[in-house]
Amino acid sequence: MQSVGNNIAVCYNKKMQIIELRNVSYEYPIDSENGIMALDNVSLSIEEGQFVVLCGANGSGKSTLAKLLNGLILPTKGSVFVYGANTVTQDDSDIYKIRSKVGMVFQNPDNQMIASIIEDDIAFGPENLGVPREEIIKRVEWALSVVGMSAMRKHTPFKLSGGQKQRIAIAAVLAMRPSVLVFDESTAMLDPKGRAEVMQVIHSLNKEQNITVIHITHHMEECIGADRVIVMKEGRLVFDDKPEVLFRQYDFAKDCKLELPVIAYITHLLGQRGIVMPEVQTEEEFAEALCRLL
Amino acid sequence: MLRDVTFGQYYPTNSPIHRLDSRAKLIFAVLYITVLFMTYSFAGYAACALFVVMLAVISKIPIKTLLKSVKTVMFLVIFVSVINILFYNGNNLLWGWWKIQIYADGLIFASKMALRLILLVLGPAILTFTTTPMELTDGIESLMSPLKVLKFPVHDVAIIMSIALRMIPALMEETDKIVMAQKARGADFDSGNVFRRAKALIPVLIPLFVGAFRRADELALALDARCYNATPNRTRYKILRFKWADFIATLVFLAFATVLLLDKYLIGMDNLIWGLFQ
Repeated sequence: MQSVGNNIAVCYNKKMQIIELRNVSYEYPIDSENGIMALDNVSLSIEEGQFVVLCGANGSGKSTLAKLLNGLILPTKGSVFVYGANTVTQDDSDIYKIRSKVGMVFQNPDNQMIASIIEDDIAFGPENLGVPREEIIKRVEWALSVVGMSAMRKHTPFKLSGGQKQRIAIAAVLAMRPSVLVFDESTAMLDPKGRAEVMQVIHSLNKEQNITVIHITHHMEECIGADRVIVMKEGRLVFDDKPEVLFRQYDFAKDCKLELPVIAYITHLLGQRGIVMPEVQTEEEFAEALCRLL
Repeated sequence: MLRDVTFGQYYPTNSPIHRLDSRAKLIFAVLYITVLFMTYSFAGYAACALFVVMLAVISKIPIKTLLKSVKTVMFLVIFVSVINILFYNGNNLLWGWWKIQIYADGLIFASKMALRLILLVLGPAILTFTTTPMELTDGIESLMSPLKVLKFPVHDVAIIMSIALRMIPALMEETDKIVMAQKARGADFDSGNVFRRAKALIPVLIPLFVGAFRRADELALALDARCYNATPNRTRYKILRFKWADFIATLVFLAFATVLLLDKYLIGMDNLIWGLFQ
């Protein structure tokens, strides 16, 4: 197995590889003998600058996979490498290096804020890392401006909308200067407006700050604009390709309990009548392709 | 109903008192409580009340908001007063029936007790109205920092306090939601005797506790993800500085404390005024 892993590493060396999972399994213990297999022999590698969407039904192992990426949990079998460093570390300080590289934004913004004033909350991460004060001040300003919340720095987060709170949570992780951001269903609790706000921030982070994004979601429309979609089912990876390819596989997606965007459904219906649509992502492209067919 | 609890909430006005060093304010609060407990005269309580009102005016906190913070202890104040009036044994019997005897001394004692309790809440209320929880915990951490020598986890304690304070509004919101959800299912919180009402709260408390534990789990993950405890050489974003304003505030406060102590040990204003009447 080791040699296979090495070969994969060699193949990908041309593009900088940030995260690599080698035959990772994870079992949640129930008692001393039994457990629930949340991840089953998963191998995966993620390259710098990619926008990866990870989806799957409830209990498919998405969140477990996310928590493995920065060592919040450690694999039962196999290994996870971040910039070549194993998350099973000998030294405690190594795991914090990994965690500051791979930032994580969770589902409920209320449960990830530590301080009651926004700027204090954003400073919390860099403070923990021992960043000098002058640098923390710069980072707080920068992080708030990236998510477009600079005006709110002295406020308390309680009166903000869900989308605004989640943007603060993103800024708080950004202040640690990560190169990868993992969003663990960060849009799941938001209303459509808040979701659009947060998605816009996530895309701009990927494009403008060159941050690698791993976005876990239920909402398949959020695949649009992604470089790569990974679908999980019962702890295994069952799909790993571009979103437009997934959008063409209606029955497969349905089998994985994914609700594809409406263009995928129309493509599917047209396909049943023998009309083949090209592979497209956005509704605009779809409409154009449709017009051309007519 | 829960929104009326104003104690422990920040009231932002950016007044000179808001800008004082939180450590100075903490020490003032402790000293204020100390002198309040040493005082045993109406004149002294009047001075305390005057001082608190002065602070409220300078910090631009409406007196109404300030008085709301007493609401939480009003039950205790009334309870203590009634007990004292009914069962105090002293001189100058005013009225008696069966085993209940009301003495003038008892009335005086009860009113002093009530005043003391109310003033005890008002002083620290000014502290929490004018200081953000973060400043407060930073101040406490700074004041406790000598304990680090004894390996006492000063910073952890400060973080625990800060998170506890931050969670108060969130938990209150959640309580409101659960109460409404249970009411929607026909739960009745407003009728019956004390025991029945207390029992009716169980379906509120259990989901609240479960929710609090779930929150705690997620918060622990978030703390880990943000590298809590990564290095013992943690840096600080905000630094506390003892400024000129703090020095002046200290002088004012010492003057206030001196007045109270002078009254207690040398002048005895109550007796002077009492003497004038006689």
